[in-house]
Amino acid sequence: MTTLRQTLAWTASAFLLAASISGAAAQQSVLRIGLAEDPDVLDPTRARTYVGRIVFASICDKLFDIDDKLAIVPQLALSHETSADGKTVTIKLRPGVKFHDGEAMDAEAVKFSLERHMTMQGSFRRPELSAIDKVEVVDPLTVRLLLKQPFSPLLSQLTDRAGMMVSPKAARELGERFGSAPVCAGPYRFVERVQQDRIVVERFADYWNKDQVTIGRIEYRPITDATVRLANLRSGQLDLIERALATDIPQIRANAQLRMAAGVDLGYQGVTLNIAKSDAGKQGFGRDPRIIQAFSLAIDRQALNQVVFNGAAMPGNQWINPQNPYYQSRFPVPQRDVAKARQLMQAAGVTGPLSIDFMVPNNPEVRQIAEVLQAMTAEVGFDLKIRVTEFATSLQEAEQGRYQAYMLNWSGRTDPDGNLFSFHGCRQPLNYSGYCNPAADALLAEARTKTDPAERKAIYEKLTEILINEGGIVYLYHRPVVIVHSARLEGFRAFPDGLVRVVGLKFRGN
Amino acid sequence: MFTLITKRLIQLIPTIFFVSVLIFLLQQLLPGDPALVMAGEEKDPEVIEQIRKRYRLDQPLPIQYLAWIGGVFRGDLGESMRLSEPVSTLVAQKLPVTVQLAVMAMIFTLGIGIPAGIISAVKKDTAWDYVVNVVALWGISTPNFWLGIMLIFLFSVQLGWLPASGYVSPFEDFRASMAATIMPAFVLGNSFAGVIMRHTRAAMLQVMESDYVRTARAKGLDERTVILKHGLRNALTPVITLGALEFGTLLSGAVLTEQIFSIPGFGKLIVDAVFNRDYAVVQGVVLVTATTYIVLNLLADIGYILANPRLRT
Repeated sequence: MTTLRQTLAWTASAFLLAASISGAAAQQSVLRIGLAEDPDVLDPTRARTYVGRIVFASICDKLFDIDDKLAIVPQLALSHETSADGKTVTIKLRPGVKFHDGEAMDAEAVKFSLERHMTMQGSFRRPELSAIDKVEVVDPLTVRLLLKQPFSPLLSQLTDRAGMMVSPKAARELGERFGSAPVCAGPYRFVERVQQDRIVVERFADYWNKDQVTIGRIEYRPITDATVRLANLRSGQLDLIERALATDIPQIRANAQLRMAAGVDLGYQGVTLNIAKSDAGKQGFGRDPRIIQAFSLAIDRQALNQVVFNGAAMPGNQWINPQNPYYQSRFPVPQRDVAKARQLMQAAGVTGPLSIDFMVPNNPEVRQIAEVLQAMTAEVGFDLKIRVTEFATSLQEAEQGRYQAYMLNWSGRTDPDGNLFSFHGCRQPLNYSGYCNPAADALLAEARTKTDPAERKAIYEKLTEILINEGGIVYLYHRPVVIVHSARLEGFRAFPDGLVRVVGLKFRGN
Repeated sequence: MFTLITKRLIQLIPTIFFVSVLIFLLQQLLPGDPALVMAGEEKDPEVIEQIRKRYRLDQPLPIQYLAWIGGVFRGDLGESMRLSEPVSTLVAQKLPVTVQLAVMAMIFTLGIGIPAGIISAVKKDTAWDYVVNVVALWGISTPNFWLGIMLIFLFSVQLGWLPASGYVSPFEDFRASMAATIMPAFVLGNSFAGVIMRHTRAAMLQVMESDYVRTARAKGLDERTVILKHGLRNALTPVITLGALEFGTLLSGAVLTEQIFSIPGFGKLIVDAVFNRDYAVVQGVVLVTATTYIVLNLLADIGYILANPRLRT
């Protein structure tokens, strides 16, 4: 029995040892952020994930940024000017800005970075900057962008990865491996990354706005499970988490140690309808636009929000949320109207239940929504056959038109064009519905040429009128962006893009 | 005997070749176009074309296979599409993490399962036996993810004793490493501990009724010596065999546990890779795992041959 006793003693001491470490004594100068996923490559030119943008927010400053009202504000730039014909954009740069390797962030560096985005093999920024014909250096602190045609969404592109400037020296040295040690001009410099475990950055002493940066280090830790992420925050192992579950909001509010910043995301959740992508479309929603209208009217968006999100989401009927300056209030979120929906179905010649192949990505939240939709639309004559499909597979099915309705989320862009053009434009890459209307196409193109927001909004109003009746997407709601942090952390502000801006953050008592 | 072992080693080559072809072909059956997934939200057709070219997705399967296996022979497992890192680097980073987890789980498994099995067998049909059996059954039937989340809530959120997730290398900070891995290792080893306990119990019961144990008792040896020296030593052989084979299962079974505790090991690597259709990573990880498994099996066989002279023909 000696061995048994030894084993027991060993196990017990291992537990005690572990217990004594208790809660890994918190260091105030390290900010630990829990991410919902592991970011992809940390090279602004080749990055494509939303979560990657959260990390970039501390490493790579951009030419422009957005404020909490979605207005474009300068960051590495000081100002910009668009010529009357809309084909030249002149950008003045902030003086005295340095990259993390000490190189100057000047007009030459901007030219280099933009051209890298535009030409590098494997660049994901190329389509975003496709309107630029040439980048010219006017003087060390001025660059001029010559456009092929006027393109108003360009500035908003420069508030994201396309506007991130990289050190030319480091980019030349590292080439394709730049993402393994990114060198930008942000408030924090890259220190190390262990894939799927952590990304560590530390304060950059020569940052142009260094007075606003007080926290010494930031550790980003990817934790996929939202429940575990919140548990980490509650146990003090993290200081901030992004994308908490809406269903956890009551629990978060009840906890005095936690603070929550909830906003509405820039994108939308909607049902993409196959109209003309394949024959499957022609037998369903492609038969008659009145079927689309009936589908939309059958849905009680408020009830959906209550059932699935405890009311934390925002019901919607357009590609942007009702808080967005471009929202068309002439077309408010419709009330459910079963009688009218039934009439429309009849008028469209639908007799008996209309069977619809409804493809739904495999995610508990989305599945729940699909079931609610199934019940609601059944009352007006739809028979939704839910087909739960793993995400990567569903993309391919959608691409090939093997579906009739597809539950798809779009994370959203700051400019409305980013939520619209590729989805509704004829033969655009994200147009899974196969919808094509030359009149709508012309309006989409026209809106891109106008820089005056009022003028653009007027064009979008005409477009809304068309799309709301016959477009290939029935919009449902806008997801809540819930960021939760410890009460010790001060200065956090929520932004409409849901990113975590680290400038201005500090721990209480520091 | 030398020839026998050499023969077994040579047999290894076609096995691994067969496995490599199988991994490659099975993966092609996965629906979902990797280039589409890689292209991210924007899906620019030009970008998709570039991805296809760069990763040879536009070429016929045999050429893709030859390019991959050729690289493997040169020690190059390819490059992760998603992370732009060499697969060999990722494997070298992740494998030790999972091995540590599996070894610790194994210690739990044997450390709890064997003593409990002995107690249960020796105290057959007493309250001890029933309690151990119920606990074992509970262990076998408790799902890992449920147990994991419950432990996190108890030890991390409520008591604040252990970190809820993450990983620290033992070479960096031993205590922190133990604190980070003790819960996941327990969860990982939990169900297998129940299995080991039941096997130990069954084997012990059988051995304790054998002639030589009766003889040992008749010689007047005290009970402890009988149980440990005569009983356990003989009962343990099949249990250890089971344990050795199961070690491979622990390595691959870490997938769910690593996911719950956000442990950056093999399991997490492959889950992310499958969802992102990161072919090179999936192929590399599965090949390394399969090879490890095959080699472990071979070592077990050689061990048998060495231990049992009757097999040396």
